Amino acid sequence: MAGLAAVFGSGAMTNSIPEIENNDVLFVIGSNTTETHPIIGLRMKKAVRKEAKLIVADPRKIDLVRHSHLWLRQKPGTDVVLLHAIMHVILEQNLIDRVFILSRTEGFETFREGLRKYTPEYAEKITGVPARDIIRAAMLYARAKRPGIYYTMGITQHSHGTDNVYSIANLALMTGNLGMESTGVNPLRGQNNVQGATDMGCIPDQYPGYQRVDLPAIREKFEKAWEVTLSDKDGITATEMTDRCLDGKIKAMYIMGENPALSDPDINHTVKALKKLDFLVVQDIFLTDTAELADVVLPAAAFAEKDGTFTNTERRVQRVRKALDPPGEAKEDSRIIMELSERLGYPMRYNSMEEVFQEVAGLWQAVAGITYGRIEKQGLQWPCPTLEHPGTPYLFKGGFPRHKAAFSMVEYKPSRELPDRQYPFMLSTGRHLFHYHTGTMIRAGDALNSVAAEAYFELNSYDAGKLGVTGGQKVKISSRRGSIKIKAKLSERVEKGRVFIPFHYREAAANILTNTALDPVSKIPELKVCAVKIEKITKRGRPRIK
Amino acid sequence: MINVTIDGIKTSVHRDTSVLDAAKQCDITIPTLCHHPKLTPYGGCRLCIVEIKGINRPVTACTTPVSEGMEVTTSSPVLEKLRRTTLELILSDHPNDCMVCEKAGDCTLQELAYFYGIKENRFAGERRVYEKRDGNPLIERDMEKCILCNKCVRVCDEVQGVSAIDIAYRGFRSKVCPPYERDLDCEFCGQCIRVCPTGALTGRMWSLKGRQKDIREVDTICPYCGCGCNITLDIRKNEIVRVTSKEDTINEGWLCSKGTFGYKFLNDPARLTKPLIKYKGKFRESTWEEALGLVAKKLLKTKEKHGPDSIAGLASARCTSEENYLFQKFMRAVIKTNNVDHCARL
Repeated sequence: MAGLAAVFGSGAMTNSIPEIENNDVLFVIGSNTTETHPIIGLRMKKAVRKEAKLIVADPRKIDLVRHSHLWLRQKPGTDVVLLHAIMHVILEQNLIDRVFILSRTEGFETFREGLRKYTPEYAEKITGVPARDIIRAAMLYARAKRPGIYYTMGITQHSHGTDNVYSIANLALMTGNLGMESTGVNPLRGQNNVQGATDMGCIPDQYPGYQRVDLPAIREKFEKAWEVTLSDKDGITATEMTDRCLDGKIKAMYIMGENPALSDPDINHTVKALKKLDFLVVQDIFLTDTAELADVVLPAAAFAEKDGTFTNTERRVQRVRKALDPPGEAKEDSRIIMELSERLGYPMRYNSMEEVFQEVAGLWQAVAGITYGRIEKQGLQWPCPTLEHPGTPYLFKGGFPRHKAAFSMVEYKPSRELPDRQYPFMLSTGRHLFHYHTGTMIRAGDALNSVAAEAYFELNSYDAGKLGVTGGQKVKISSRRGSIKIKAKLSERVEKGRVFIPFHYREAAANILTNTALDPVSKIPELKVCAVKIEKITKRGRPRIK
Repeated sequence: MINVTIDGIKTSVHRDTSVLDAAKQCDITIPTLCHHPKLTPYGGCRLCIVEIKGINRPVTACTTPVSEGMEVTTSSPVLEKLRRTTLELILSDHPNDCMVCEKAGDCTLQELAYFYGIKENRFAGERRVYEKRDGNPLIERDMEKCILCNKCVRVCDEVQGVSAIDIAYRGFRSKVCPPYERDLDCEFCGQCIRVCPTGALTGRMWSLKGRQKDIREVDTICPYCGCGCNITLDIRKNEIVRVTSKEDTINEGWLCSKGTFGYKFLNDPARLTKPLIKYKGKFRESTWEEALGLVAKKLLKTKEKHGPDSIAGLASARCTSEENYLFQKFMRAVIKTNNVDHCARL
C-alpha cells in the first residue's frame, strides 16, 4: 500500500470487482487469485469467457494458468526486471500514452533513461522468461483498451516489495491505463477487513483516513475531537514491535484478534519476543498460539455475533450484522475496549456501532457521506464525501490526489537470501484454497479441513527423484532459522529447485523457516523467498544429509 | 428494440432477449426447472413451453429469441396439460420422500408438484436406483433425486471453470457424476448446491439441522478474504444451519468453499467463554471484573514506569472497522502512543 500511496497519493484498488469482467486484458502478477480470492477469480474467468486476454506472471503453475493466454514463469524475486523489460518494449514500440504522461505525471524523462538497459534478452537471463514472451506481454498490455493489473502478496512480500509496486505503477502510468472504468492497478487485499483496519488508522503513522500523525493541524483536529493531547511521534510497525520487545523497549502489548506467533516470519523469534514482555493481553475467539503466551486472555465475539462494517478490497463499506449470541461470557471487542478505556479514566460511550461510524465520518471526508441507513441493502465505495454522493467505483477519474503521479526509477535488487550450496532450495509460502491464514477459523475436525487436513509442501518430481523422496514421504526442511518435518507432495506446479509451503498448518509452520528481512519502506517481510534444504528422515529419526 | 406481445401485453425488448426473459420483464412467470439467468439456456426440462402465433407446435421459451411482432401465449389448457404431463414424467422417477428431504420447503420441483396438484402418477414404474457412496465430506449427492436439469454441470463449467462433473451414460441411465464415477474431488465451492432445483445436491453439514421452517435469515459479510462477499446466515436456535448468498449482491450469489462451509468454528467447543488469567504458568478462569482490573492496572503501571511508547497494540483485519477505530483511539488517546498496527503486511 505504501508504494501505491507514494505514487498516486492513495493506495487501494483503483477499480471495483464488477469491472473486472469488462477488462480486455488482465495482467495478474504474483496473485494466485482463484485460491486466495476465489470470487474475484470467478470474475476473471468470466472476463476470459467474454474474450479478454489473460496474462499470468507467476513462478508457480497456479490454477489460473489453465485459463491464461500467456504465462510468464519468472524466478521468484525478479519481478522488477520482468516489469522493466515489458516497459522497455512498450517504449521501444512507441506504445506509450504521451498525453497522459505530459498532463498527469512527472519524472518520465529520467525514468526512460533508466529503462534502457532492461532489454528482453537481459531480462530473460535474470527472470528465466523467454524474451519473446516478454514482448508478447508488452504488446498485449499496451495495445489493450481496458487493461487491468492485479497483484497480491507475490509482489509485496519481498525485501524489495515496494520497488515491485513502483514498477507496476510505472507500467500503468506510461500507458495511461488509469482513471477509467475497468482500467487500473488493483492490489487485492487478503483479509476480510484489512482495508477497514487500515482506513481506521490502525497504522503507526496515520490517524483514521490516512491523516498523518506528524502534521500539527491534523493532530489538533483529532485532539479536539477526542478531547485529549496526542503523541506527535510516529509509532512502530508490527514487524518492528517484535525487535523492540526483544531489546526491551516494548514492555507490554495488547493484541486483538491477531496470531503473530504463527503468521509472522521466523516465528521462533516472535515467540521469544512475546515471552520477553512484562505483560501481554490477548483478545481472541480461541486460545491461539499467541494467546497461550498471554498473561490475560479476553474472550471475544466472532463476526456473526456483532454489528458493524467491513470494508472489502474494492473500498466498499458493507454492513456486518449480529446473527448469534456470543458463547458464554464472551463480549464484542468494542465493548471490551470501551470497558477497559473507562477503567483507565477515559470513558468512551457509544450506544451503538452506528455512533462510532458517525464519529469516523465526521473525521474523514472520504466516508462522510456513508451512513448505516445508506448501506442497509448494498455497500458504498469510498470516496463518498456527501450524503448524495453515489460512491466511487473507480479512482483517479479527474486526476490524482497528489496532483501529478511520479515515475520512480528503481533498480533490481536480488532477494536477501538466495539458495546456495548449503541451502539449495528456494522456498515460497502462501495460501491454500481450503484454508485461511493461521487456521484459527478452519479447524481440526471441521469438514472443510478434512479435504486438506495434512500439512504438505510442493516439490518438483525431478528434485524428488534426485533426493530419493517419494510422494507422501515425510522429510525435514530447514533454513538458517529453524526446521520443520512435513510431507512431500510431488507437483509440477513448482519448478525445479523451488518448494512451496502453505503457511496454515501449526504442526509444520512454514514461518519457522521464513526470513524476517523487511522492505525498508513498507516493512513487509520477505515471505516469498528464502533458502532451505531438504533432508530425508532415516529410521532412527536422524536426518541424512544429501 | 423488438416489439412483442406476451399474453396480450405489448412490450419492446432488446434484440437477443429470450421469450422467457421478455415474459419476466412483463412480470409473467413461466415455470422452469433447468433455467438459470446466469447460465447458458439449456431447454432440457420442457416446462417453459409457450405457444407462438404462426408456429404450430409449442416451443421452449428459454431457448427461443424474440422476433419482431411475435405473439406469445404462456398459458393455455393445452400448454398446462403438457406441463402437467412433463412434471408427472419427471416425478415418476423421483423418490417420494419429501417428508425427510433436506430441500423440502425450498424445492422447485416440490412447489411445481404442489401447484399442479400431482397426487397420483400415471407413469409410476421403474426407477433409477443408485447406491450413495460418495466419499467427499462436504457435498451430499443423492442422484436418485436428480432430474438432469444440467444446472450443476453448467455452473461448474461456465462459472467456476472447473468442470468436475458431467452427464455420463445415455437415456434412462443418464447420470451426473465426476469422471469414471469416482468420488467428487473439486474446489467444493458449493455452486452446484446453490443452483440445484431439487434435493439431489445438499450440504452434508446441513443435514438434520433444520429446513425452511423456523429459519431466520441474517444478511452479513463473509469473514474470510477481501472479496467482501455478501452472505446470508440461515439461523435456527442460535446456530447456523447453512450459509447462502443472494443473487443481487456484488458476488452475484456465488461463494467459495470457505464462504459456504467455513462457519463451523463459531460453535466450536474450544471457543473462549471466560476471561483467563495466567497464574504460575497456568491459565485459570476469572471474572471480567478481575481480568479487566488487572489489565488496566498493568497497562497503567507500565505507562508510568516506562512511558507510553513502551506499550504497543495490534489491531485486527478480522474485526470490524468500528472496533479497529476504537482500538486505535484507545492506544492513541488513552495510552498516548502511536504504536498501533495490524497484520496488513502478512
